[in-house]
Amino acid sequence: MVLDNIEKLLEKYDNGETTLQEEQQLKNYFAQETVEPHLEVYKPMFQYFLKTQEEQFTKDIPLKPSKTYTLYKWISVAAVAVLMFGIYTQVNNPVQPTNEQLLAYNQTMDALNLVSSQFKKGNENMNALGLMSSSFNKGVEDIAYINQFSNTTNKIFKNE
Amino acid sequence: MTQSEFLSIVIPFKDKVFRLAKRLLVSKEEAEDATQEILLKLWNKKEQMQDYKNVEAFSMTMTKNFCLDKLKSKHAQNLKIVHNNYQDNNVSLQKQVEINDSLDWVSKIMEELPEQQKIIMQLRDIEQYDFNEISKMLDMNETAIRVSLSRARKTLREKLTKTHSYGIR
Repeated sequence: MVLDNIEKLLEKYDNGETTLQEEQQLKNYFAQETVEPHLEVYKPMFQYFLKTQEEQFTKDIPLKPSKTYTLYKWISVAAVAVLMFGIYTQVNNPVQPTNEQLLAYNQTMDALNLVSSQFKKGNENMNALGLMSSSFNKGVEDIAYINQFSNTTNKIFKNE
Repeated sequence: MTQSEFLSIVIPFKDKVFRLAKRLLVSKEEAEDATQEILLKLWNKKEQMQDYKNVEAFSMTMTKNFCLDKLKSKHAQNLKIVHNNYQDNNVSLQKQVEINDSLDWVSKIMEELPEQQKIIMQLRDIEQYDFNEISKMLDMNETAIRVSLSRARKTLREKLTKTHSYGIR
């Protein structure tokens, strides 16, 4: 009776008409040690199905790499953005001096002005020297006349 | 979606993805790579995952397409590493041992089936999906699936009968 049933199921099975439950029944039947000799052909088939069903994927599931990869990508994008911003601000706005810096600058300028005005005074005194030097030059020109005079006297002595 | 939530969705069917990939690509390493690739793709799309009605069916479709693409590119490259393009006339000792095992015969015969039948047989006889689900995964109608499945089963049986009666086993 059982055999009859199995044979019917097998025929349906070959035609692709069995339900999942019926197929399970067949699998159970062929999982036994001994089956009818004329059905022996089916045995490896169903046993193979059962065996293959147990095969498992044992490798790791690699989820981390993709995550860090995208993180790196965004970090580099951010770095470039910061760099560009930095260059932009440097080029367009020179640094505004703070109050302290301005104060120091003004004080330095005052001090330098003081020094410079002293220098000017000194320079005025030098003008007197300049006057003296021009008087000297005049004296030198006058000496040129004396030379001329001496030349003439030499000529007179040679002619004698 | 956190990593653990994602894993809890994926783990129930990751073996099925792997087995389908292995059925199509034959080599275990290739199948492992393919499975990782598929899971990564899912992970990258995790935001949209809530919108899918059936993540499992979606993944199986993805696996099928991915593996078929892979096979196609292999054919185009003339890179015949995968076993189904690989013929070894020199039967080694190891092969002989394998042949002795009748279960390996089944897997060898299944390798020779057309890809469509391979996929359907894998989904139905091994993974035990019902026809409705398979028709969604493969975008085929149920009658066509039944016909294809029936052909695959008959071929398998006939070839097994042959090996039986030739006594090669």
